[in-house]
Amino acid sequence: MNEFSDVKLTRRDLLIAGAVSVSTAAIPGANAQPAANQAEAGNPDPVTTGVSFTVNGKPVTLQLDTRTTLLDALREHLHLTGSKKGCDQGQCGACTIIMDGRRINSCLSLAVMHDGAEITTIEGLGTPDKLHPMQAAFIKHDGYQCGYCTPGQICASVSVLEEIRQGIPSHVTGDITAKPLLSVEEIRERMSGNICRCGAYSNIIDAIKEVGGVKA
Amino acid sequence: MKAFTYQRASSPAEAAKLVARTPNARFIAGGTNLLDLMKLEIETPAALVDVNGLGFDKIEPTSDGGLRVGALVRNTDLAADARVRKDYAVLSRALLAGASTQLRNKATTSGNLLQRTRCPYFYDTAQKCNKRQPGSGCAAIGGFTRHHAVVGTSEACIAVHPSDMAIAMRVLDAEVETIKADGSMRSIPIADFHRLPGNTPHIETALEPGELILSVKLPKPLGGVHAYRKVRDRASYAFALVSVATVILPDGSGRVAVGGVAHKPWRVEAAEQQMAQGAKAVSERLMAGARTTEDNAFKVALVHRTLAEAMAAAKKG
Repeated sequence: MNEFSDVKLTRRDLLIAGAVSVSTAAIPGANAQPAANQAEAGNPDPVTTGVSFTVNGKPVTLQLDTRTTLLDALREHLHLTGSKKGCDQGQCGACTIIMDGRRINSCLSLAVMHDGAEITTIEGLGTPDKLHPMQAAFIKHDGYQCGYCTPGQICASVSVLEEIRQGIPSHVTGDITAKPLLSVEEIRERMSGNICRCGAYSNIIDAIKEVGGVKA
Repeated sequence: MKAFTYQRASSPAEAAKLVARTPNARFIAGGTNLLDLMKLEIETPAALVDVNGLGFDKIEPTSDGGLRVGALVRNTDLAADARVRKDYAVLSRALLAGASTQLRNKATTSGNLLQRTRCPYFYDTAQKCNKRQPGSGCAAIGGFTRHHAVVGTSEACIAVHPSDMAIAMRVLDAEVETIKADGSMRSIPIADFHRLPGNTPHIETALEPGELILSVKLPKPLGGVHAYRKVRDRASYAFALVSVATVILPDGSGRVAVGGVAHKPWRVEAAEQQMAQGAKAVSERLMAGARTTEDNAFKVALVHRTLAEAMAAAKKG
């Protein structure tokens, strides 16, 4: 291992290098199946459409295959890889982003449907030098282990506090005509769309409580 | 996912016409269910007509004291509307019991009504399913049926409708307002909107090809105590094993609709005449003729117990 000691590779760099070698190995297989086979199998040619939206304050215009999900547009086309692909079917919440002030699952939405939208991803909430208070609280309270679900958890957490502030009720709201309380019970219910397989839930709740100003 | 063309509709009439005349075309609104099914190639539209730009995102009072909910009102907004929370609490409660906030922020009123079953055999394209591939058979019958229907089933299909919102709309006697491809409009009572499976489980609603939902009309408020009780395997973010929507009036009369037991929101008006006799009498009439399996026989008892709890709570006020 000593000969590598001066090579500053992060774990992320290693993962990326690993992924590249895997896809290189896969290319001969891909070549073996010419694109023409797809058409013979009844697959129509891909259709592309233009779409413009704002991501983290920057306007972007993309020409995309209509099938591209918003998550893939962010990750593969804009290289904003903070938003994660977990289940890709709206069950895990790792792809949570904030669109026009509301959190959504970016995996269950087509990019072309969001012309004119204002999108905020984890990269737009804070920077390494200037963390969003929720990011700082997740670090302080150890609100993660592997970190894969964390960008989605943080986008959801920020939204939870905003939704309670706006008075949007939840399944556990006692008096549905009253303003919901900022309580642990409310936070837990509202975070149920974000799964953490490492089980950092109690620390995530502590982080949200601190930012929201919940006592005890 | 199969390739498809994508078009933003400029008017409801144009959208209806486009979908009716384009082979294998579908409307898309929130897309939270359709896109999931497209990824699995259970839905394979050749053309998508995006209706998100058409308006229909308001909740407005009607002349007869009710509310008209636009087809594109998001589930979050419908659940949070002050008038709905006050006068149609069963609807707010049902919406909030379903999915996650991320999904409710995107899912629309019309899309929620049109969402398709989560039967695992429907989702697994290696399995026989009359709903996915008419005439192929039903792998759920004789399979694992804990989540399946126990009333209104057929030899062709035992899938359940997954919506919570639709159960509340059934108890409220909502009406679904639509525009057809020829430009004519109609109003479909929610009782007739969803179909039982019969021999054609792939035909799930009364909508004609190209017919577009514009709004859902809620009749004037019923008053009484509203409740939506959902029993599921997790405390949050899971489909119902059984759900019970109730509106119980001060004189003890009331309405009951049940979810998680049938291919459509399940309501038997004659059962509601038994309210004075108690939950047992009501649920026996509601679930009469139930065809259960070892896996799902518990649903009959669970409907009774959940209803009994709702009726007891309403009495306490």
